[in-house]
Amino acid sequence: MTMNRAFAKTYSYWFLLPAALIYGLFFLVPTLVSFFFSMTRWTLVEWDFVGFDNFVSFFSESSLNIGFMNTVIFAVVTAGLKVVVGFLLAVLLTSDLRSKHILRSIIFFPTLVSTIAVGITFSNLFHPTMGAINILLARIGIAGPDWLGDVHLALLSVAFVDVWKGVGIALVIFIAGILAIPEHYYEALAIDGGNAWNKFWGLTVPLARPALNSVILLAFIGGLRSFDLVWTMTGGGPGFTTDLIASIIYKQYQAGFYGLATAGNVILVILVSALAFPLFRFLSKTEVDL
Amino acid sequence: MIRTLRRAAFEVIAVVFTLLLFVGPLLFVAFMAGKTVPEASDMAFSLPQKQQYLPNITSVVQASDFLLIRAFINSLLLTVFSIVVLMVVSAMAGFVLERRSSRFLSVVNALILVGLMIPPSVMTTIWLLQGLGVYKTLFGLVMVEVSLGFPFAVLLYRAFMVTLPRELDEASMMEGCSGWTLYFKIIFPLLKSVSATIIVLSSVNIFNDFVNPLYFLPGAKNATVQLTLFNFMTRYSTQWNLLFTNVLLLTVPPLVLFLFFNKQIVAGMVAGAVKS
Repeated sequence: MTMNRAFAKTYSYWFLLPAALIYGLFFLVPTLVSFFFSMTRWTLVEWDFVGFDNFVSFFSESSLNIGFMNTVIFAVVTAGLKVVVGFLLAVLLTSDLRSKHILRSIIFFPTLVSTIAVGITFSNLFHPTMGAINILLARIGIAGPDWLGDVHLALLSVAFVDVWKGVGIALVIFIAGILAIPEHYYEALAIDGGNAWNKFWGLTVPLARPALNSVILLAFIGGLRSFDLVWTMTGGGPGFTTDLIASIIYKQYQAGFYGLATAGNVILVILVSALAFPLFRFLSKTEVDL
Repeated sequence: MIRTLRRAAFEVIAVVFTLLLFVGPLLFVAFMAGKTVPEASDMAFSLPQKQQYLPNITSVVQASDFLLIRAFINSLLLTVFSIVVLMVVSAMAGFVLERRSSRFLSVVNALILVGLMIPPSVMTTIWLLQGLGVYKTLFGLVMVEVSLGFPFAVLLYRAFMVTLPRELDEASMMEGCSGWTLYFKIIFPLLKSVSATIIVLSSVNIFNDFVNPLYFLPGAKNATVQLTLFNFMTRYSTQWNLLFTNVLLLTVPPLVLFLFFNKQIVAGMVAGAVKS
């Protein structure tokens, strides 16, 4: 009993106070009250309760609900590409390639560059007539498309840039996961006469599962919350074809529709929770122990 | 022999492809920043014919009354204050969260996990900051940055504290030290390496942050560097060389950090991802 009391005194809950004040006040409180204000027409000072009106307009107006589909497409495409490309690169860069360390650093560096800077650079490279990408394509006889101006292509172009910038994080997590696989598994497989295909699907993929799960989850959540890259590269255009939920929130905020913007935020919270928490549960169930 | 050749060919392809895809865009920035206005308007991927880095840097720095310098100072202050508060707050919380378990603490843990996943609510945060009288102030933005960085930082601290033997704690309890002495004299100094990781990672994140300053610190006077860059995008739509000079200047700080702290950055990102 005295030991217990000494324990409780040493690891006092008072240590949590500064965190509780800041995190509680500046994150948890706004999150909680957002559920209420999403059901109001609101000037940040005065509010009228309007029930689910904001949510109804979010899903009935095509300029708003397009963001819902775009957000899901953007998250699936970027997370999928980061996982596949990142994993293949990680396998490559854990092989006996001599330049693997320098290549890893080069691919990782864009994750540290500001998103705005990356967006500006690629908007330029993507320019339909003068951009370096289309000029390069023209030289090998391909007429490059209008990457950011074509309504069917623009979202995918932005997604490509997002992968370019973010694949480095996936890469380093995958490399750590692959290097943690004990060497003797591979030796045993080699004795049994397994080929490279067996090695990849039978050993590397299942045993790097924890790393794979982390990246899938991180990349997917990150994709759903994306804002700055789209905002810099297209501003949601052409039309509303690249608007994401996060960019619609910003537009509604600029227009002074604070209740509607809050509803957009709540929709995003629900979307992330509805997709990410089950995904988290599903992924952790399929993990195997080393 | 054929095997070696094939491997060498493969290696060359990998290197060329990486250089083209990942170094190409960065070189493009470096080239554009040294051009004259008419040359830059071509957007060509070429070396500047008559390099003008210095005049370009001078005009970007002097633009609108040294706005860029002020923005740099703002970003620097924001980054430094946020990191100091973040470290103090997260390390203290991580200490108790790792050493002790109770029903209350599992609720706390769940609330922290929520913060890792769901996006912050922007409008109600503005409303709160206004209510507290700290909207559009550096202090308000620092508080927001700390609250958003807290779940990840506390995760790293907890993961690291697992490796500190509990015998340390027991010995100091035997000596009659209080929890505070134990924490400040013994535990916190031992957290140096994970603190370094958090400092480097958060400084990149906060320095590069665009969304939070956009919402919580609007206005030209107290703009941060990312906001300035975004505003220059429309202003310099005919002077690409100056826009890219700005891009180049903002890419230097992360590049320097990367060259010196590559290991810490990678270690932190990996640890954070795998532990969660």
